[in-house]
Order: sequence, then structure tokens, then C-alpha cells
Amino acid sequence: MTKYILKRIAYMILTLFIVATITFFLMKMMPGSPYTNEAKMTKTQLRIMNEQYGFNKPLWEQYVIYLAGLVHGDFGISFQYSNMPVSQLIGSRIGASAQLGLQAMIFGVFFGVIIGAIAAIKRNTWVDTTATVLSIIGKSVPNFVLAVLLQYYIALKLGWFPIAGWGTFSQTILPTIALGVGPLAETARFVRTSMVDTLTSDYIELATAKGLSLTQVIRKHALRNSMIPLVTLLGPYTVSLMTGSMVIENIFNIPGIGEQFVKSILTNDYPTIMGTTIVFSLGLVIVLLITDIVYSLIDPRIRLQGSDA
Amino acid sequence: MSERILDVKNLKIDFHTYAGEVKAIRNVSFHLDKGETLAIVGESGSGKSVTTRSIIGLLAGNAEIMGGSIKFHDQEMLNNSEKDWQSIRGNKIAMIFQDPMTSLDPTMKIGQQIAEPLMKHKHVPKKEAWARALEMMKAVGITNAEERINEYPHQFSGGMRQRIVIAIALICEPEILLADEPTTALDVTIQAEILDLMKDLQKRVKTSIIFITHDLGVVAGMADRVAVMYAGELLEYGNVDEIFYNPQHPYTWGLINSMPTLHIEKLESIPGTPPDLLDPPKGDPFAPRNKYALRADVEAKPPFFKVSPTHYASTWLLDPRAPHVEPPAEIKRRWAKYRELQAAKSNS
Repeated sequence: MTKYILKRIAYMILTLFIVATITFFLMKMMPGSPYTNEAKMTKTQLRIMNEQYGFNKPLWEQYVIYLAGLVHGDFGISFQYSNMPVSQLIGSRIGASAQLGLQAMIFGVFFGVIIGAIAAIKRNTWVDTTATVLSIIGKSVPNFVLAVLLQYYIALKLGWFPIAGWGTFSQTILPTIALGVGPLAETARFVRTSMVDTLTSDYIELATAKGLSLTQVIRKHALRNSMIPLVTLLGPYTVSLMTGSMVIENIFNIPGIGEQFVKSILTNDYPTIMGTTIVFSLGLVIVLLITDIVYSLIDPRIRLQGSDA
Repeated sequence: MSERILDVKNLKIDFHTYAGEVKAIRNVSFHLDKGETLAIVGESGSGKSVTTRSIIGLLAGNAEIMGGSIKFHDQEMLNNSEKDWQSIRGNKIAMIFQDPMTSLDPTMKIGQQIAEPLMKHKHVPKKEAWARALEMMKAVGITNAEERINEYPHQFSGGMRQRIVIAIALICEPEILLADEPTTALDVTIQAEILDLMKDLQKRVKTSIIFITHDLGVVAGMADRVAVMYAGELLEYGNVDEIFYNPQHPYTWGLINSMPTLHIEKLESIPGTPPDLLDPPKGDPFAPRNKYALRADVEAKPPFFKVSPTHYASTWLLDPRAPHVEPPAEIKRRWAKYRELQAAKSNS
């Protein structure tokens, strides 16, 4: 197991290196410059600025300098906030994003599993049909539309929760729902299909023939077996939560890195773009590693390659 | 006479399908005595599995019992609530399924799967149940059971998995064991081992077995009595010798004739296909495929004619008014042998 994890960590570092490289060159291909008033600047001003930030150097040299900094854990200095290191900028904002993402994931998976399981048990009844229709709506409505609807009806009209902002738990409810409904719908569909498969399998029939009640059959045999494939969705969910957060954080005015990422692209804040991208990628590769480890823990048929078992 | 533990009378089961009502089981009656093995023989779709499943209350959702009775001791099973069924399943009546490769929960340890019925029905604490599971694993011939009890199904071969399924079925020492083609999915050599194991355990646990198969060859060594099923009806039943050596229904002749033996040079098959049960034939369901069929067999359902106190067959050929019909050579050979046996028996 340790050997396997070490090998995976080596691959993770390679992945991050490739992500950093591609992002770096793509970013430099973007039109515009980080300067707010470039049109009003004189040539001399521009030259001085470029020299200060190192933009006068050839691209490959800028790249090497950036990587060298990265290896030492130095993401550079943000252009937007004078002299604020990117690592500090991200550090102050990652908490909000992580909390929102985690809450949305737990909300989506928890209710998704419940709804999917109920739909499977009551398959081909109105309960199943309702769950299916709701899942399709949940999957089809973009999260920013849902966010605005929630803000208008739940926050503004009903006044149940604050309309935006970040700090109290009640402020996290609406963005969590807006962000979590997509994964919820996906989970419900997935668990329903997987559970129907499981419930019609021979070993469920044998479990019933043992004299177990329906609840016992589902709790002891069906649920675990139908949730195993769900683990593979953790990766894609993380991606959708990350991209979702960029929009949702803006709508709800949450000081997270998703919101910061969008802002940094709009202002050509190169070090921040790079820093956020790398943090996002790091999050994803870690989730993928956890997925594989969890998979091998809950499914005895899967043994990780290179592990001792 | 031995104690009767199961009595099925005039069982009728329909399947509701988009095409209409499939009359899958029509007026099936049979019984099971304590300690005996009853084999139900028939081809695919003859209703033998459906009949068996109705005994343990595991019919598919679109099946409906339209009439009849299933009595287990004095208990009418058709009045059972789901709770009643749960207390019977795996406890008094257990079942073994056809495919051992898919019958076990892939993510649960073998020990837990074997111990589960014991914990459920006898409320045995986990530790004790596992100890019993270990004994059971040894009894079904799993070597190195102390270690293997912690393994998962994918670490076992097909034959070993069927042994585990048998262990699960027998751990509560049920009165009836329903075996739905338990060896069909296994290699021939493994088949024989599993059959021996079942016979051996039957004696130890003192259980009765209903053994479903399409393979007459398996029946000979296994069963005390045989019931021949076709298109949802019983056509003939009797002791194993009576069915093998004194068969009366032309369908039974066909089954025996299509079984490889040392005497048969060319293996016969039964031409045609079973009837459509959306609209079952009014006479003997086998009549359309039966070259020995009389007009009466097509026109009216024959009653069960008594051949011996234990042997009955439903064919008009047994009516005193029926014309003489020459059975296939292999059947005549068997009849002759049967007469010899009977003569030897009455002499001694």
C-alpha cells in the first residue's frame, strides 16, 4: 500500500508539472496585459514596468524563473493587491471554498443516495418517476440560474436565509444547495440504476431466501454493493464543484478562490492565475488518489497494484 | 407411512405480462415426506422453478397465485404474511440456487454470509454463529476453513462457492431444502461431488429435499420419488424405479429416450416446442408433440390413472378403452427389466 501511494504521489507531481506548463503558455497567449491603463502609459513607463515584472525576458526564461520559484513553494506576488504573495492570497480564501465544496458534496451525495435508493426500491411506480423527473431537472438547470432563483424566492421573498455573504452558517445554506443540486441529481440517477441492478441480482435473492427483511437486505447487502461504483464519481464531482464554485462564489459574494480565479483571469493577474490553477489541480489529484484508496478499501475484489495484500 | 411435511394441492400460478395472462402453473399437486428427496424433472419453462419458488414465497412481482393450497405441516402457506415468510425462509425451508458464481454477496466475508441466517433466526450471538459457520464450512468440505472464513467469494472456485451456498442453506437445519438445478452451472466432476455432499448432509441434518433438474441422469442417484413436469402441469409421478423402468407417459418416454445410456445407439430428441401458455391446450399439453397421442389426448385433459399406489400418469393411453400402443424399444427394454425386478421381489 505504501509503495503504491508513493508511486501515485510521484505521478501527481508529474501531473502538476504538466498542468503548470500548459497553463503557463496558454496564459501568456491570452490577449491584453496586466496593466489597467495600458493605453495611457508611455513607452518608457511600459518598459520600466515590463522590466520590473520580467516580461521583457524571453518566454522560456520567464517559464524557467517561474518554475524555479514554484519548486521553492513561491507562487509569486499578486498584481491585483500590491505586494501580497499569491500563497497568502490563496491561503486566506481557500477555507471558504473548501467548506462550500465539502458541504455541497456531502449534501449532494447524502440526499442523492437516499433519493436514488428509494427510487430503486419503488421502481416503476410514481415515486420512481417523480425522482427521475426531478433528477433530470436538477441536472439540466444550470447552477447559476438555480442560485438566482434561490436568492429571489428563498432569501428575498421568504427571507429564510441571507441573500449573500459569508461568515455565518446560515449564509452557507443557499450556495451549498445551488452548488450541490447537480451532484445530487447525478448521484440519484446513478444510485437508482446501480441499486436496481443490485436488487435483481442473485445474491439479493439468496439474502431474501435467508429470511432477511427488505430493510435488512438493503442495509446489509444492497446498499454497499450499489454504492461502490459511486466512488468513481468523486473525481468528476470535484471538478464540477470547482468550476461551479467560480460562478456560485461570485453570485453569493463568497471570498473563495473560485471567485478569485475569475477575477485574476479578467485582470491578467498571471501569478494568481497560475497559483489558483495549481491549487485546483492539486485538489483534484488528491481526490483521485483518495478515490482509488477508498475503492480498494470498500471492494475486496479490487487490490491495488504494487500493494502487499 | 412416514410423516408428510409438505402438501401442494391444485396450485395455479399466473404471470401478468404485456402479452396477457401466462398460465404458468395449472393444477399442480404433489407432496413431500420427511427425509425423502423428490425430484421435479422438466425442460426449461416447464414451471418447475416457479413451483418451487412458490413454496418459499419468492415468486416474481408479476406472478400471482390463482388458487390451490400449499400446506407446510398444518400451516397454509398461501395465507402467510411477509413476516411469516421471513420466519420460514432460511430457517424451516431453505433454497439453493443455480449459479454459485453470482449467489454470494461479493463484498461480504464468507463467514458472515454463512452465519447470517443463524443470527437472524436463532438469535445466536455473532461469535457463536461464526463458530458454527466454521463447523459448517468443514462439513461441506472446505479445507483450511479457519483461514478461508475471512475470505470473500471471488477467492473461491465455482464448486467451492456452491458448497458455501449449501452451508448457508443448511446452517439452520431446515426441514425442507429446495435445490434449483444446483449442479447445472458446474463441471461434471464437481457435479458428482456436490450431489454426494448433498446426500451426505441430508442424512446428517435430516432434511427433505426438492430437487429440480432437467437432467434425468442426475435424478437416478439422488431422488426417492420423481415428478415429471411439462408446460406447467404434472404428467407423471412415482418412485424413482417406477419412473425409470415403468414409465407410462409418452413425455417421460421421450425424456428417457433422450438420455444417453449404454444401450442407446442413437440419441433421440423430442421434436417440436412446448405450447404457448398464454393459451394453454385443453387436453394433454404434450399431445401436439406426441406421436403416440390419441384423439382424446388432444380433446380432453386426461385424469391421473393409477399405475401403482405410488405411481400415477396423466395420459389416455392408460384408459382401458385405449388402443394398444407400441412404445420405443428402449422403453420396452426397461419395462421388461421392471417386470423381472417385480417378479424377483414377489418371489423373495
